[in-house]
Amino acid sequence: MAFEPILLRNAGNPAVHEVSGYRKAGGYEALSKALAMEPEEIIDAVKASGLRGRGGAGFPAGLKWSFIPKGSEKAKYLVCNADESEPGTFKDRILIETDPHQLIEGCAICCYAVGASTCYVYIRGEYVAPALTLERAIADAYEHGLLGEDVLGSGFALDMRVHRGAGAYICGEETGMLESLEGRRGQPRIKPPFPAIVGAFAAPTVINNVETLCNVPHIIGRGAEWFKSLGTDERNTGPKVYCISGHVERPGVYEYPIGVTLDDLIAAAGGMYRGRALKAYIPGGASAAILSDEQSGLPMDFDSLAQAGSMLGSAAVVVMDETTCLVRATLRLAKFFAHESCGQCTPCREGTNWSEMILARLEDGRGSESDIDLLQRITTNMSGTALCALADACVGPVRSLVTNFRPEVMQHVEQGCCPLPRQSIFEPGAVS
Amino acid sequence: MSESARHGDGLPREAKRAIDELRPHYPTTEALLLPALHIAQRHWGGWLPDEAISAVARELDLAESKVYGVVTFYDLFHQHPVGRHRIRVCTNLSCTLRGGEEILHAVRRHLKVDENEVTADGRCSFVHFECLGACEQAPMMMIGDRYHGDLTPRRAVEILEGLD
Ligand SMILES: Cc1cc2nc3c(=O)[nH]c(=O)nc-3n(C[C@H](O)[C@H](O)[C@H](O)COP(=O)(O)O)c2cc1C
Ligand code: FES
Repeated sequence: MAFEPILLRNAGNPAVHEVSGYRKAGGYEALSKALAMEPEEIIDAVKASGLRGRGGAGFPAGLKWSFIPKGSEKAKYLVCNADESEPGTFKDRILIETDPHQLIEGCAICCYAVGASTCYVYIRGEYVAPALTLERAIADAYEHGLLGEDVLGSGFALDMRVHRGAGAYICGEETGMLESLEGRRGQPRIKPPFPAIVGAFAAPTVINNVETLCNVPHIIGRGAEWFKSLGTDERNTGPKVYCISGHVERPGVYEYPIGVTLDDLIAAAGGMYRGRALKAYIPGGASAAILSDEQSGLPMDFDSLAQAGSMLGSAAVVVMDETTCLVRATLRLAKFFAHESCGQCTPCREGTNWSEMILARLEDGRGSESDIDLLQRITTNMSGTALCALADACVGPVRSLVTNFRPEVMQHVEQGCCPLPRQSIFEPGAVS
Repeated sequence: MSESARHGDGLPREAKRAIDELRPHYPTTEALLLPALHIAQRHWGGWLPDEAISAVARELDLAESKVYGVVTFYDLFHQHPVGRHRIRVCTNLSCTLRGGEEILHAVRRHLKVDENEVTADGRCSFVHFECLGACEQAPMMMIGDRYHGDLTPRRAVEILEGLD
């Protein structure tokens, strides 16, 4: 599938790490254009584009911006979510590494539109090199008057900081992130109030994902109509960076109009690993329900995947071939959620741990059929009963395992062991 | 870090300076806590002994109990000594599908220590870790701040052997 990349158009052009190179590639024209517009016009353009959040929940970005109270002199904030801890996701890292000014430009336009004068980019602590890349680009932007007291002579002031996390998945959840930014344990807050009213430092705050913000200069530069011409329908618009990993020949990021199919992505990624057959896939990160090979022709957009009982999430596509044990794969994810639950809410803290323990028992062949029903009941009790969506994230894969792949789980019970024992993926020469 | 920089009852001077530079960018001092802990941890050789925690608490005028609460919440803050090279082997799903557990096994066998222990020469310590956001390079590991991807067990051991 041929598609001229938009968000990744500057991949392979390291000159764009500097303001001069980015400008040569057409960068910061959208910011100039935006600064000549009324803030409200920008919000309307983003609304009209249909841009939905790329961080996981798919909330309309323009609508979120419009919730920020207008006219008040109080401080307002933009917090860019670069926590990127959803297993399988690596697009935000690559967006920052390939084109840091694209993100800075998107953040600046957003801040101008909502009246924020401070932007924090909250980046996961492990991303040391990407944080440095971004910090260097920010320093360069300051030198060129693109940030600071008087952005491009418009009178608009903006301070931008990179803020490093310290290794906690829950800090990707927007209110956990705010707690962490404020110097506390990253335990999510009760909503309402929503961050648009009471966010960072109790002030109105927009929280958007890196990729969401990277789309903004293109919407301002090329218009909402152009943006809407890409994608499945008017609820699923624009370009999308898919992260594909697992059993394909060339894992990586692939950018397409939102709504390509898994088959398209596997083809783009060089086919299945060693030519094996597809068994199942996760379309949107560890929190998404696992889909089977029969669902590989679904458009990978927000609504089509939701209708299929899964989600686009962070568009982290994990491909699993015929050698994969889905009980083991789900156990691995449940372990992650049990480790990352912040422990505040009982259904999440207990539910993630019990999911892990029961799955471990089933995988070892020590489980019984009633364990499968127990898992089902636990997921029911975890759904929508906690402060944030981490519990629901664990429910995604676990419930899909016991509903869509029950026969495979039953095989473990009946045979008293895993029917697909581990085998090495490496050639003998690569081992020692 | 040299002993002299670790003077008695406070943060080393450069650490203090680094924290002071950040102050104007945050509306509260509490918000400086994560940056300050990162800075302190770098100065104390990769972990946060009790004296580092008290020093940060004093510098930011926060209760020590509060700082402990934060330190224990985050996986990147350590309360025990770590090796000069901190190795994190990713064992989340995408890496596991491409042999991540075998990489972990090879690292353990080569270093002859368990997770969170430091080799006798103080060079290395390792842990298994959740997805490091580099699944396109699976299986992968992180050593210090650097990512090493597309590993085989043999390649992982070669990288360990090449560390100073
Ligand atoms: C447990 C949990 C983890 C999350 N992790 C991330 C993350 O790493 N990156 C991200 O952008 N959003 C993450 N989110 C979603 C955020 O809460 C929030 O919806 C998002 O940052 C909003 O930005 P967007 O509308 O531009 O997508 C997470 C949500 C939950 C419940
Ligand atoms: S699963 Fe290993 S880097 Fe993502």
